[in-house]
Amino acid sequence: MNDDHVYMTLAEGHEDDTRWAYGTGFEDPLHGVDTTVPDGVDTDGLAALCLALGDDALVSAQRLAEWTTRAPELEEEMALANIGLDLLGQARLLYARCGRTDGTGRGEDAYAYFRDPGEFRNVTLAELPNGDFAFSMARLLVLSSWRLAHFEGFTASADPVLRAVAAKGVKELTYHRQYAAEWVVRLGDGTEESHRRMAAGLERVTPYLEELFAAHDAREEVLAVLRQVAGAGGIALPETAPAAGGPGREGRHTEHLAPLLTELQSVARAYPEATW
Amino acid sequence: MTAQQAAESAAPGALPPLQEHFDATIARDQRIEPRDWMPDGYRSTLIRQIAQHAHSEIIGMQPEGEWITRAPSLRRKAILFAKVQDEAGHGLYLYSAAETLGADRADLTERLIEGRQKYSSIFNYPTLTFADVGVIGWFVDGAAICNQVPLCRSSYGPYARAMVRICKEESFHQRQGYELLMTMMRGTDAQREMVQDAVDRWWWPSLMMFGPPDDHSPNSAASMAWKIKRHSNDELRRRFVDMTVPQAERLGVTLPDPELRWNEERGHHDFGTPDWDELMRVIKGDGPCNAQRIERRRTAHEEGAWVREAAAAHAAKQAARTEKGTAA
Repeated sequence: MNDDHVYMTLAEGHEDDTRWAYGTGFEDPLHGVDTTVPDGVDTDGLAALCLALGDDALVSAQRLAEWTTRAPELEEEMALANIGLDLLGQARLLYARCGRTDGTGRGEDAYAYFRDPGEFRNVTLAELPNGDFAFSMARLLVLSSWRLAHFEGFTASADPVLRAVAAKGVKELTYHRQYAAEWVVRLGDGTEESHRRMAAGLERVTPYLEELFAAHDAREEVLAVLRQVAGAGGIALPETAPAAGGPGREGRHTEHLAPLLTELQSVARAYPEATW
Repeated sequence: MTAQQAAESAAPGALPPLQEHFDATIARDQRIEPRDWMPDGYRSTLIRQIAQHAHSEIIGMQPEGEWITRAPSLRRKAILFAKVQDEAGHGLYLYSAAETLGADRADLTERLIEGRQKYSSIFNYPTLTFADVGVIGWFVDGAAICNQVPLCRSSYGPYARAMVRICKEESFHQRQGYELLMTMMRGTDAQREMVQDAVDRWWWPSLMMFGPPDDHSPNSAASMAWKIKRHSNDELRRRFVDMTVPQAERLGVTLPDPELRWNEERGHHDFGTPDWDELMRVIKGDGPCNAQRIERRRTAHEEGAWVREAAAAHAAKQAARTEKGTAA
């Protein structure tokens, strides 16, 4: 075995292509998919939908990234990063689709880095700060259940790209929901402290359900999951009044989105001419 | 009873054959496995080295992890997020390898946050710009590869096998880092300055990653004899310099060492001496970021305690419920 092989070949053989490193060479996330918009598809509606779902995913991924180096256990570091990466991947595909359908031809980074908070269409639940692990799990359970119901509907979409994104996304979201559900049960059932925190986490999340259902009515599916999972953790799903503010789908956000975007966009905006 | 306990409880005459068998296994370049008898010194040296390595992976998530939320493109964000996640995975394999020697992950974590076990000094330097992400990939992952590829042939089986997988992933990280720098060097003047500045700051600390010079490396001799380690610190450092110089030329950056030049006679580069006093200060805890790195790890561990306790309590309740169900 040649110990040095890996290192020696670093700079060799890539004269014509500087973007060759493993996993980094795919400029177009929809490479290989027919991206022609079929006749009869409402392009404005499709673009708005892709933007909204892309924003939900990006903002959620950003919050999940904030858990990095702060998770309660190494296994959770891995899992939360996995989920964040899945959602980041979904955001990239959806933004790319948006750029093809809204008539602007913009790339994914234009959507992520060069829009202001009022132009983001994510639901406000996604932008709330992480809180404790119980709140983060309650939110992940709600958002993944709701998004899963939403994506399951796209498997019959007239748009082939949305169908492809959904087919991949359904598998990912099923895992996200499973992961969150297991923690809600563990924390609900675990100790007195974890039970108290889990109940509080669910109580902070439920006021945002109406905003989600107004954007996509998956009330039956989501409530059934929440009742089952909370019940298994010994918690009765709280009855709460809808949160004031929003909806994020109309660009009305909480005070938490602007600082999230300031951080996300800081380097890209400091060097607008740069290539990364 | 383990082989070692058997050896210790047996008559004094029983020990030499075990030692002989161990020595012969090492001499034949075969692997020592968890159930094999091994000298106490071999076991404790390995636990120390593997734990330090695991801690380095976990603490090493912090300097780059700071930039995941600020990565300037979604593609870079995904690459960096995945890289930092890989480091968590490396930490997990390594803690598991240490556990095959009788160590306990929770105990090793306590030792880390109490400052009783070390991690690589390199992670006590700050990441000031996004170019640092690329330079860390190129230098730090590169130095890690130089150090670690020979460990794939380490005499302890679980460690060697963990290193095979880790080295594959480290080599992706290194290529990704170098590729980021190539892209930045083709960008704007501001980006090129950022890359050179990061190279200037990370070069010397990267050379220090190979440890003190051979004549001041107290643990090296035993590790070499046991084939836990296969090359000396100075040998690996020289190899790293020889490999990095042409890559720097290709990238168009200057390595910040006026003494760096090719020595035709030796067939290697001559290079300056790292500031060993600085290395000692950083190892002893007085580097720029030692306190904040440990503080972050401690905070995550302490704030996560209730979650781990809840998971354990739930598992115990589940087990009790299953038992009750089976008994009924």
